[in-house]
Amino acid sequence: MADDTSIGAGSGKFPATRWSAVLAARSGDPAERSRALEAIVAAYWKPVYKYIRIRWGKSNEDAKDLTQELFVRVIEKGTLDGFNPAKARLRTFLRVCVDHLVANDAKSAKRLKRGGEAVHLSLDFPAAEAELAHANVSALAGASPETIEDFLEKEFIRSLFALAVEHLRQLCEQRGKQVHFRLFQIYDLEERGAERPGYAELAVKFKIAATDVTNHLAFARREFRRIALEKLRQMTASDQEFRREARALLGVEPE
Amino acid sequence: MSWLSDEAISRLQAASVLPDVSGTRYRLVERIGSGGMGAVYLAEDSILARRVALKVLDLPDAPGELAARLLREAHILARLEHPGIVPVHDAGTLADGRVFYAMKFVEGRRLDRVAEEMTSLPDRLRIFQRICDAVAFAHARGVLHRDLKPENIMVGPFGEVLVMDWGVAKILESRENDPEARNPKPLASPAKVFPVQPAKTAHGTVLGTPGYMAPEQARGDVESLDARADIFSLGALLRFLLDPRPQQGATTLGKGLDKGANALAMASSSFWGILFVPRPLAAIARKAMSEDREGRYTSTSELALDIARYLDGLPVSAYPENIFRKVARLAGRYRVAIALVLTYLVVRAMLFFFFRR
Repeated sequence: MADDTSIGAGSGKFPATRWSAVLAARSGDPAERSRALEAIVAAYWKPVYKYIRIRWGKSNEDAKDLTQELFVRVIEKGTLDGFNPAKARLRTFLRVCVDHLVANDAKSAKRLKRGGEAVHLSLDFPAAEAELAHANVSALAGASPETIEDFLEKEFIRSLFALAVEHLRQLCEQRGKQVHFRLFQIYDLEERGAERPGYAELAVKFKIAATDVTNHLAFARREFRRIALEKLRQMTASDQEFRREARALLGVEPE
Repeated sequence: MSWLSDEAISRLQAASVLPDVSGTRYRLVERIGSGGMGAVYLAEDSILARRVALKVLDLPDAPGELAARLLREAHILARLEHPGIVPVHDAGTLADGRVFYAMKFVEGRRLDRVAEEMTSLPDRLRIFQRICDAVAFAHARGVLHRDLKPENIMVGPFGEVLVMDWGVAKILESRENDPEARNPKPLASPAKVFPVQPAKTAHGTVLGTPGYMAPEQARGDVESLDARADIFSLGALLRFLLDPRPQQGATTLGKGLDKGANALAMASSSFWGILFVPRPLAAIARKAMSEDREGRYTSTSELALDIARYLDGLPVSAYPENIFRKVARLAGRYRVAIALVLTYLVVRAMLFFFFRR
């Protein structure tokens, strides 16, 4: 579609270390602003979609429309101009926006049906719906606000980690380190319960030395961590906020 | 993009938190603690085949503030070679960009966890004397600890006492012009050495622990701090050793009490819990924790001397004696001799009356 907006980074380029999408989203430079909003949408659209499905019990069609509308508003109508990083986290701000949006669902739906929104975001909703199948939706129905908040936070971590994994895959491909990524995938990403292949087993499988398995995994994990933290930094406005969020992201005990 | 399970997320978090020690002489064994700046890991030094403790920043620190602070701590430790201060072996930057330093692995327990098990008051006072020795040494080298508390004191299995966590230590103004003090030469390291910036704590910044901070420290009067701020903390430590039960009223800054009042409330209320401790010791703690720093001991050695005098049964400077107190103290000091003389007199009297009949 000509009106489709490309979502998610595909270039494999990494933003400068200190670049903050939260701050750049209010930049006067349209290119900078567009890049920032793209990063924010890429990190948040899945958690938002799942939140609408779980918290508000909306059908997948309604949830798609509401997710579309939220991010169209963010991109086209400057919703983020009202966001103050000093007062709240971006995740909380977006959640409040979603709640307001859903509360006015009827009006929004009419407007969408009238074709009021020209821009349409290209988001992979079937994938998000498939991921939702893994969540214990029935347990979350009627859950406390704290549980829902935890769910949203966990989904944000999942979304951010997934983006980081995808970037790592691209990086490894560019550098001819596919084996590094495959080892990382097998050892750290695949679901195997308590059983994980040993380094010796992986060495035999990939026809490399066991020490290479160690080194390759160390490389992949180091890069993953770097990319994940860079992406998190984009979603924060200050170093203090970044450190607080990074501790939550990595499961480190709070200061 | 494939879906990440909860298990995969946990694994990624665990893998991301662990420091990347590849390319160094260290092999991680386990995480043994954490603090404000980072975590401490038990590691194996593969060259010297010994165990060390690695203190590592949890996160890469783009502005370099925490990294500089951690390295500054390492440099301060490096210049404080004393049996009561944990020695540092190495410092640098890991492959993942995190700053670290390696120090001696201290096998012991924190004072706050071991104090209640020490039933003998003289034993507790001797530990306090060793803490004073280490702090006095640091003061002589122009370094204030600024966070003395039971959690930062390690007691080893053979009675070793080590003052830990010099992360918020301050180099006194009189030593600020000393290039070695401000910006010492980087240590040789297998990893890249991070450039050290002299760290200055801004006025109004509160670093320390409520209940152990001097009032001027709790107010953020950074420039005016001197050895007497640590002496206040030592007084609070002595108070803790005299009554190691959990303190009532411990609170965090900014929750109802203002910074100065918090420290003062802790200082004054705590003495209700030590009604049964010897009065000279309570007086020593009270003097060390005086609200007005002019009323405190002028040096750590002076404080340690009062403790030594108490242990020797001598009068202490913090506790003026009247004649009754002096007699009571002397009776306590010479109780064995007095008991022997009294026994002798009783036996003589008995023999006298026996043979007279």
